[in-house]
Amino acid sequence: MALENTNSIKMEAPTGVALWYYNFKKSLTTPTPYLTVFGVGLWILAYYLFCEGWKLPRFEKLPGPVEIITEWFNRDPDWGISAFSPEYYEHIIVSCRRILISFTIATGVGIPLGLFMGWSKTFRDYSFPILETLRPIPILAWVPLAILMFSGLETPVIFLATLASLFVTTLNTLLGVDSIDESYFRAANCLGSKPRHIFFHIVVPGSLPFIFTGLEISIGVAWFSLVAAEMVSGEFGLGYLIVDSYMNITYVPMVIAMLTLGFVGWITSAMVRVVGNRMMQWRVRALALEGR
Amino acid sequence: MVTQTNQGAISIRNVTKIYDPEGVNVMAVDDCSLEIAAGEVCMIVGPSGCGKTTLLNAIAGFHSVTEGEIYLDGDLLCGGATPLAEQGSDRVVVFQNGALFPWKSLIENVAYGPMVQGIMSKSEACDKAADLLAEAGLGDVGMKFPGEVSSGMARRAEIVRALINNPKVLLLDEPYRAMDSLTKSIMHEALLEVYDRTKVTIFFITHDLEEAIFLGDRVVVMTTRPCKTKKIVEVNIPRPRDYKTLTTEEFRLLVTEAKDAVHEEAIKAFEAGERELA
Repeated sequence: MALENTNSIKMEAPTGVALWYYNFKKSLTTPTPYLTVFGVGLWILAYYLFCEGWKLPRFEKLPGPVEIITEWFNRDPDWGISAFSPEYYEHIIVSCRRILISFTIATGVGIPLGLFMGWSKTFRDYSFPILETLRPIPILAWVPLAILMFSGLETPVIFLATLASLFVTTLNTLLGVDSIDESYFRAANCLGSKPRHIFFHIVVPGSLPFIFTGLEISIGVAWFSLVAAEMVSGEFGLGYLIVDSYMNITYVPMVIAMLTLGFVGWITSAMVRVVGNRMMQWRVRALALEGR
Repeated sequence: MVTQTNQGAISIRNVTKIYDPEGVNVMAVDDCSLEIAAGEVCMIVGPSGCGKTTLLNAIAGFHSVTEGEIYLDGDLLCGGATPLAEQGSDRVVVFQNGALFPWKSLIENVAYGPMVQGIMSKSEACDKAADLLAEAGLGDVGMKFPGEVSSGMARRAEIVRALINNPKVLLLDEPYRAMDSLTKSIMHEALLEVYDRTKVTIFFITHDLEEAIFLGDRVVVMTTRPCKTKKIVEVNIPRPRDYKTLTTEEFRLLVTEAKDAVHEEAIKAFEAGERELA
């Protein structure tokens, strides 16, 4: 009787916040969060000891963590930049806006380009040599051309950040299409698919895991190429703040800008990962069953 | 699912297939002929790499034939001026490693064929898919993705995905190869149940002789590469069959007969050390 009662209880899988809370609680039973906290703590301790504690040669000129954090949360910052100064957020917003535009263009162009290159051999034959020739050119090498090609200060910066992301997104999407098992194409053909069905039902979903890996790399690439671009041509932005602080020999805001960039970049990568997991529930669930 | 006993006769006539993988011609199939009646379960056995899958691929339209012809119900599928058969839902393949689309639920996988062919709307196709999956004992897992169910369930769903299209021929390429013997026996009975209901022509490649005798009307033993018919074992065990069939004397004798033929070819293949081509 007791067994019958147990069997009659339907277990619903948690979703949304409940799922997040479940995963969070589960993660506390693993060593991962503790090791992460320990690792970060160790890094900060070493940073403190090298720069402020022991003041080792070569490190003594660098701003230490205490100095950085004090300035970062100073209501009246000595160097003009802190979490309480409006300029700080202006730099972040300008960089984020540029990343949003660049990443959107790179994704909007790169994914269809990669899909078509993977799907159509003729199209790949036309376009792949050009992609492979342009891809290895460092983004800094494009700076003079970008300034010549585009007017103003904003467009060249966005162009440079877009270009770097575009190559990553396109190549990963292309690899994503190549990675799809031939048997899926054969099965789809057996079941009466027309080319458009193959494209939308096999090529697009089948390449999503590679596409999202590419997008995570792509957004990171967009950040560091944006910083390079802002260093050369820009008025605001975290890259500009880094180079401007360096030129003015104010190292504290420079490090604050670097750390901010790291955090913002991390958040944007995490956002891409969340969207990817939402769109690839089939993969998330299969991996979860494998304990990953 | 419609009973189609008058459809699905395959005629393989003097088929030869030569591959040219690295500028060196390799003959996979040599002058192979075989007649498969409509509604027959034809089991193909032979050593690894002998060319069985090449034959299946030619029927399915994945590979061309170099010489000879293949007919389906008297209509030319491939051969002569059209060496490559057009792929279509009248010949659906169930693949060795499974080919359910991992990004679609089982219901969506099964509904895919009728939907893309324009025979049914998406909701109609999904309703029918859910019914067929329930018939196959998969009613509770229809909304799950293939990665969330066992290999046996996935393979059953793949057969349902094939059958929803009312194919003339079901082409199975070692579908139960990686399964344990317990799952395999359940899968065999499920396939027999489907066959008894639909009488669809089945072209089934396997290495497992007991599986071949248990499921088939005829067992065609192929030679080592190049592939041609070595021996045909007629299986006159009455249908419907169940697991008790496996213990009958008649069954054991047929297995021995097939084993003798296969063993000779297996030794030849081992000595030749050939690798699989397709």
